[in-house]
Amino acid sequence: MKWLFVATTVALAALVAVHSLRRSAAPHVATSKDHLLAPDFTLPQLDGQDLRLSSYRGKVVLLDFWATWCDPCREEIPHFVELQQRYGYRGLQVIGISMDDGSDPVGPFYQQFHMNYPVVMGTAKTGELYGGILGLPITFLIGRDGFIYAKHLGATDAAVFEKEIKSLLAEPLETAKP
Amino acid sequence: MRIATRSATSALIFVALAILSIAQAAGQASSIPTPRLINPEDLVKLLQTSGKEKPLMIQVGSHVLFTQAHIPGSEYIGPASREPGLQQLRKRVESLPRTKFVVLYCGCCPWSHCPNVKPADDALHAMGFTNVKVLYISDNFGTNWVDKGYPVAKGE
Repeated sequence: MKWLFVATTVALAALVAVHSLRRSAAPHVATSKDHLLAPDFTLPQLDGQDLRLSSYRGKVVLLDFWATWCDPCREEIPHFVELQQRYGYRGLQVIGISMDDGSDPVGPFYQQFHMNYPVVMGTAKTGELYGGILGLPITFLIGRDGFIYAKHLGATDAAVFEKEIKSLLAEPLETAKP
Repeated sequence: MRIATRSATSALIFVALAILSIAQAAGQASSIPTPRLINPEDLVKLLQTSGKEKPLMIQVGSHVLFTQAHIPGSEYIGPASREPGLQQLRKRVESLPRTKFVVLYCGCCPWSHCPNVKPADDALHAMGFTNVKVLYISDNFGTNWVDKGYPVAKGE
């Protein structure tokens, strides 16, 4: 009787081991479950109207934390204007979050750089929601499903953004669940 | 004649751009001489060593960044790349002895792109301060200070 118990235990252990090996050998398919849902926020735009991130669900969002005095941010912004122009009709929405201490320099900057996307005034709380914005620029790419698919710290080549945007835009809308 | 005029115009544009680049570089952190820099690990050691003179630490970047994380005991002044920030900095230190140990830091951007520490350093030297160090933050405050586990405070 004892040998039957031992044999059963060994057989069960073998089955578990084989199953584990199969699981680890299976190809890893990236899904929205591998990503974090972009924290929602409501912040005032330069014209005073509120902007709520979740109202852009269904679009690909490029979320840029920046400041007017930040040189790498200034380098990136013309590229974002161009990307918005080029891919806006396909569902891209660039949103800028200014980390300036006040909105005074942001309005003139907005005009000077011909920015064609909404800019809101960020807060420390918004920064903390996104894991701490302790350097600029920091840019997040959010898919149509509202999940964060990429985070870029520092000035990033426009071609990198374009590649990622095209890939996210290609995601069919029906897979984007609220 | 037309070719000569075009060449002269091109040369003028080139010279203007070169001057602009030099002027821009002059305002950047990379042009601060190495002896005036202090590394994060050295500052941490200094702050943790009892009996040593503790510096006045001033953050010359963004308030939103400062509120999220800053060096405990440091003070927020504002972006020194802007005149209001510089004025605030001068006002803060004007009554201090010129031998006062001051550490300036920002961490907003990669070192070569930081627009704030160089004007702040220049301003203090122009006022006659002789013991000023600038915290060398190669990437940003998050990567080179917070992520290293160095002491951090939050809030105003």
